[in-house]
Amino acid sequence: MSELRYIGHPAARPEAPDKAAGMALYIHDLVRPGMLYGKVKFSAHAHARIQHIDTSRAQKLRGVRAVITGYDTPEVRIGFLRDNFALKRDKVRQYRDEIAAVAAIDPEIAAEAIELIDVEYEPLPGVFDPIEAMREGAPLVHELDPAGKPRRSNLLPLTYHHETGDLEAARRASRYVVEGDYSTPLIQQCCMGTAGCIAEFDMHGNLTIWAKTQIPFLAQRDFNKALEAMGLRGCNTTVIVPALGGGFGTGLDTHAYEHIAILLAWQTGRPVKVVYDREEEFAYLSPRQSSRTHIMQGCDEHGRLTFRRTEVLLDNGAYASWGATYPSVMMLPATSLYRVPNVLFDAKLVYTNNTYCQAMRGYGNPEVNWALECNLDELAREAGIDPLAIRLLNCNEPGETTPMGLKISTCGLRECLEQTADKLGWQHKRGKDSGKRRGVGIASLFHVGGSGRIYRSDASGMILKFDDFGNVYVSTGAVEMGQGLHSVLSRSVAEALGIRPESVHITPTDTSTCPWDVGTHASRGAFMACNGAILAAQKARAAIFELCEGLFASEVEKNLKGKRKRDAAYQPPAFDVRAGAKRDRFDIADGFVFIKVAPADPVLRVELGRLLRAAHFRQNGQMLTIEAFHDPPSELPDWEKGKGNMSATYAYGVQGAEVEVDIETGEVEILRMVAVHDVGKVLNPDTLKGQIYGALAQGVGYTLYEQVLTSGGKILNPGFRDYKIPTAHEMRFPIDLGFVETDDAFGPFGAKGVGEPGLVPTAPAIANAIFDAVGIRLYHLPLTPERVLSALDAKKRG
Amino acid sequence: MKTEITFQLNGVEVSATLDGAERLIDVLRGPLGLTGTKEGCGEGECGACTVLLDGRAVSSCLLPAREVDGRAVTTIEGLGGPRTGLSTIQQAFVDHGAIQCGFCSPGMIMAAKALLDAKPDPSAADIRHALGGNLCRCTGYVQIVQAIQHAAEALKGAGALPAVAPRGAPAPARASRTEGGER
Repeated sequence: MSELRYIGHPAARPEAPDKAAGMALYIHDLVRPGMLYGKVKFSAHAHARIQHIDTSRAQKLRGVRAVITGYDTPEVRIGFLRDNFALKRDKVRQYRDEIAAVAAIDPEIAAEAIELIDVEYEPLPGVFDPIEAMREGAPLVHELDPAGKPRRSNLLPLTYHHETGDLEAARRASRYVVEGDYSTPLIQQCCMGTAGCIAEFDMHGNLTIWAKTQIPFLAQRDFNKALEAMGLRGCNTTVIVPALGGGFGTGLDTHAYEHIAILLAWQTGRPVKVVYDREEEFAYLSPRQSSRTHIMQGCDEHGRLTFRRTEVLLDNGAYASWGATYPSVMMLPATSLYRVPNVLFDAKLVYTNNTYCQAMRGYGNPEVNWALECNLDELAREAGIDPLAIRLLNCNEPGETTPMGLKISTCGLRECLEQTADKLGWQHKRGKDSGKRRGVGIASLFHVGGSGRIYRSDASGMILKFDDFGNVYVSTGAVEMGQGLHSVLSRSVAEALGIRPESVHITPTDTSTCPWDVGTHASRGAFMACNGAILAAQKARAAIFELCEGLFASEVEKNLKGKRKRDAAYQPPAFDVRAGAKRDRFDIADGFVFIKVAPADPVLRVELGRLLRAAHFRQNGQMLTIEAFHDPPSELPDWEKGKGNMSATYAYGVQGAEVEVDIETGEVEILRMVAVHDVGKVLNPDTLKGQIYGALAQGVGYTLYEQVLTSGGKILNPGFRDYKIPTAHEMRFPIDLGFVETDDAFGPFGAKGVGEPGLVPTAPAIANAIFDAVGIRLYHLPLTPERVLSALDAKKRG
Repeated sequence: MKTEITFQLNGVEVSATLDGAERLIDVLRGPLGLTGTKEGCGEGECGACTVLLDGRAVSSCLLPAREVDGRAVTTIEGLGGPRTGLSTIQQAFVDHGAIQCGFCSPGMIMAAKALLDAKPDPSAADIRHALGGNLCRCTGYVQIVQAIQHAAEALKGAGALPAVAPRGAPAPARASRTEGGER
């Protein structure tokens, strides 16, 4: 490709001025005429039979328009395994189970009405630990499966397994073997804009829902199923996505509150809005799962990895969301980060009476990476090898196919390792006693970089609609949630078409006007949308050049005529425009069409808008609308066998940390972080930096203090007062970024996905630095001062 | 009991009728229709609702509306809009990648304005301290701090000149307009 004008250069986001002015409209800001406010009544128990629900007092409250329960509304099943219900009947399985809901003329009345609903329960023994939940005789969270057959255990009916080679023989043959048990906590995504929706019906029974979703088209499918369950067979849903106050995985499912808003809107015939406040967001939205990983790795006498066994146990909570597919991503680093000839991966998901869990940025990768990269440092120590050296020795290489069948098209891991070590001062800092209890650590990451096929279609559609003025309207099902998609997408369209970014307009995300897209997850937004843009732009250019064969010469003649009129002495160029006007000879730049070999004379070029007007306003005229559908070259893996090239390309990265440990208080101070990522190609350095800085900050919170605390299934810290995320003060240390451009053939302009990788290796990099500083190995996130002190104490006692 | 309050909102006198214990944010976002101020937590922990009260940054989710009677409130809408263009701080947020999902941005920008009005030449530590009550989940704060540093530089260099030329024509003279302040 010739020199890039927009891609690779820093640029402000197109939607940023509206956000800076407070003009962007989030779900909280939207109001519909006649709109009612919905509110949900949640369970008072983690596990109980519902004996009786009395809504009569709430019904009578002035301003209440509807009170609904699972007993007086159709059964609406939701969830990845259809094991959840919009409103619960018979039994509750977690504290956040939805018992009833109210629609009222204002939020205060709705809140008051909820308090007037009386529910009688028969408490049941609950199970809150996944290991206990797997024991014989443990209380069953679900007595029946979705098909109505009795269940015998709390294990989810999902198998994620991979095995290559003879693990036992490899273990016996290994010179060094280490193993360990690592765990990660339940954490909250903490979108600054809480969850919410507005549901509204028209006279045909069709639904419009303004939803905080990352999957508008899968949501449409879910909502249409709900309409069918409500007796509205054949009715359709339009999903409209307003500005999102963050996503981070929360929008990868439809939620009970959305289905409740739909039921309330149908019941009342009025638009109904349900918005969670912060406490509800913490207590009643699905967080990231907690995990326990047992890992064992071995190497030969040189440090070459011989085998790796990774077994994961996930506390799924009471129902299955898409988050139950975390192991599909966990399998990637477990089987494919570094070259390991013999690998085993297995994951078990267990129902408990804890809050049910969902996706969050990284989707299982940080959990497994935490175990893998800490344990690799342990192996290096056992073998007496430098942690950097063991990573370089076993580094993935371009062209390899991993045991899972992942085809590594490009791989910048080696460069990432080298740059990180260089920026961190590895050679003169690692293992050195500074007298200050300081240490350095590194950790690598491996993630999908070319979307991740977890659905039969992994495609993204793209429509480019041209108007009479040279503007292009881009319709895509991909969702901007703050990551910078609209910036890189509008600039990709401009670059690939040859027009100015100011002429590119991204249309609102609306399933009735935008083409299908599987969703904005798996770091796929920019990778897919920009690839779609390039494909659509190629088609558009071909169509424009075809039009030009008939129209270009006469438009240039008009230019010449005008010029001669203004300047009688004007000598036109000798170039024969009519002869040159062949479709394969045109080009577009800056919104003007010209013939490549023609002299750079402004008279010989025609503004794109003018050409399109000429095509439009004539007998049998036409307008230009181009459609493209991009499905990446990847495979839907067989999860039971653990095989399949899930992504078109893969992202790598390395982070490094320098820390100081206060052995009196157990506080870990991050002095500096380094993050070097294989991004394929930098599309917009400003948005790219934002993705890495932001993800790394989430990684720091995950490492040092974030944890949803529960007791008997009840969430104890549902607010920012007791659940701390990093502030500007905590993030005061310098972050040194590096980007390795591997120019991937499958990526748009060579780019790979970057949305999630920035938080994947943060925790092990910091933990490895703590080990270098004070010689303690920490196994459980978060690395609180208490855990640090306890490990220091254990070390002292030998 | 209904009470009426009158206060300066973005330089214009406005009135609102209160039913009882409405918070300032309820009045701003509700009857006054200014939805630029966001509610992120409702308990003064996240800063998304930050507005200026007599020039000082306050959490409008904690402030009873009756307390602003007779005083001056500045919200994000008072700094810049379609007609006036963005103020220097807002423009710096746009230009330096300080905005991602944007939900915290109005509060962040108001906190930054309170800081720069009080301390035109802040250190990075001053900025991080001033933003201590404003949470952002997207950015990691790096580009926010950089944007505020650039805004401070631009404000020093530009004196009281507007950062961006007003759009459209003819435009009224705005030479007296300082960085989003009341006139």
